[in-house]
Amino acid sequence: MKILVCISSVPDTTSRINFIENETQFDRSGVQYVINPNDEFGLTRAIWLKEKESCEVHVICVGGIDTDPILRKALAVGADQAFRVDTKPLDANQVAKEISDLVKEKEYNLIIAGRESIDYNGGMVPGMIATLINANYVSNCVSLDVDQSNFKAIRETDGGKEEISGSLPLVIGSQKGLVEESDLIIPNMRGIMMSRKKPLTIIQAKYQTHQTQTVKYQKLPPKSEVKLVKPEKINDLIDLLHNEAKVI
Amino acid sequence: MAVIVYLETENGNFKKSALEVSSYGRKLADEKKTNLCGITFNSSDPFKIKKYGVEKLINIKTDHVFDAKIYADLLCKNFKDLGGTIFITGSSADSRFIFPIISILLDASYATNVVEFPSSISPLVLKRSVFTNKAFVFTELKTKYKIIGILNNSFGIFESERKLIVKDYISESLDSNVQVELIKEDGEKISIADAEIVVSGGRGLKGPENWNLVEDLAKTLGAATACSKPVSDMGWRPHSEHVGQTGKPVASNLYIAIGVSGAIQHLAGINASKYKVVINNDPEAPFFKAADYGVVGDAFDVVPKLIEGLKKFKSK
Repeated sequence: MKILVCISSVPDTTSRINFIENETQFDRSGVQYVINPNDEFGLTRAIWLKEKESCEVHVICVGGIDTDPILRKALAVGADQAFRVDTKPLDANQVAKEISDLVKEKEYNLIIAGRESIDYNGGMVPGMIATLINANYVSNCVSLDVDQSNFKAIRETDGGKEEISGSLPLVIGSQKGLVEESDLIIPNMRGIMMSRKKPLTIIQAKYQTHQTQTVKYQKLPPKSEVKLVKPEKINDLIDLLHNEAKVI
Repeated sequence: MAVIVYLETENGNFKKSALEVSSYGRKLADEKKTNLCGITFNSSDPFKIKKYGVEKLINIKTDHVFDAKIYADLLCKNFKDLGGTIFITGSSADSRFIFPIISILLDASYATNVVEFPSSISPLVLKRSVFTNKAFVFTELKTKYKIIGILNNSFGIFESERKLIVKDYISESLDSNVQVELIKEDGEKISIADAEIVVSGGRGLKGPENWNLVEDLAKTLGAATACSKPVSDMGWRPHSEHVGQTGKPVASNLYIAIGVSGAIQHLAGINASKYKVVINNDPEAPFFKAADYGVVGDAFDVVPKLIEGLKKFKSK
């Protein structure tokens, strides 16, 4: 079995979010980039599958040369090969098309992509890939079992869960639950050394058109100071929620 | 040219988000001087939607269990039959499951997490929440067909009654590639996604045996219950209650955090909520910087008093 994990390079959660060039570009200066958390849960699940079944795990990122460190990290935690589509990703449609082309070429049976990236939060890439390659698709995937030809997955819904089963190929939108945060693999020295010898292949981008265009960014409006209510005057809180916020 | 809204139902009734999606669609159709049509599945009271501006409704009757691919196919077919160019949906887990599929099938551009009415109609520019609620972006949709996914509680519900025609669409039996089985959970609870108020507990509550505080307050307010990541990691509460960056997103009108310190990942996940209240005995807890209202005090003392006060308020 061949698994492809799609990885997005995103600013670490604690990063300051700033914009430059008249609020049209994200300010990358001083920002620490990490593997998108939802992708990392999926990557760990893929490495576990590799340990259990005989399969190969490849990773792909659509991005510039600055995303190589996160691909090296994915190799260091156990992926066998990495691919980078060399382009600045402009929207989900373009990313999904680039990835789908590699999936068709290499005939992956299982494609894992985070349910959403924590930067643009589109949440579209896994579903788009599944449709482009005509594979089964499970979003918000919190549990996955596969054998050489079939899968059984659990999807988290708004009010509960459902079990979806069928045959491969399958695309999942991965998230916490698939593995836990404490399960995430921290690369050791041996892994890091080995990652340097593993192949990282650069692919020329094919899709330069995009369906959406960023007009400008906007920071959150400054937040007003919290209004404190004394514990012994808790009815004041009820009054504020009713008369000021009008939410009860 | 019509504006089409996807109206989600639950047990045959329109969800509250469907009324909001209709209201948004009505205003957009008015601005574009075109018609507003809706598509729904298995509505038992379809005429209820006419109050919110829908002029024509396709009620798809299917006994098929929810299957994103099949639902996407049926929605696309009816969208085209209605002559749609703009498709508006909500932000439920099911909707986020179906619409990326539709965007490929229709070759439509798609904006999710939309928080306002379009800032421009032509070209169509939408304000979206990005960086997990830490910023906004204005995105232009450039294709012929366009999909707008609006966040709950972002636009509001407005009445604008129209004459409504309802047409039933009986879907022939469709072959599914997958088997889908619902896993039963305690079904009476309000889901975090649909709730107007969410009450959440953190480590400050000291143990799962104290969750009656969260549950009683939620019950009094008709709210959903949630928890912070450490609480679900320690197994005090089920993972499905975890809200925050890697948990469920929250976009309620009111979010009440009890004994939650307010780690940056937690705040990111709940920041789309309109009003935030924090109850914590540590005045230095970061949540106080993110909250609109705060009570510095012992949750075990404050919450019972709050419940009592709310009960009196509700009985008035």
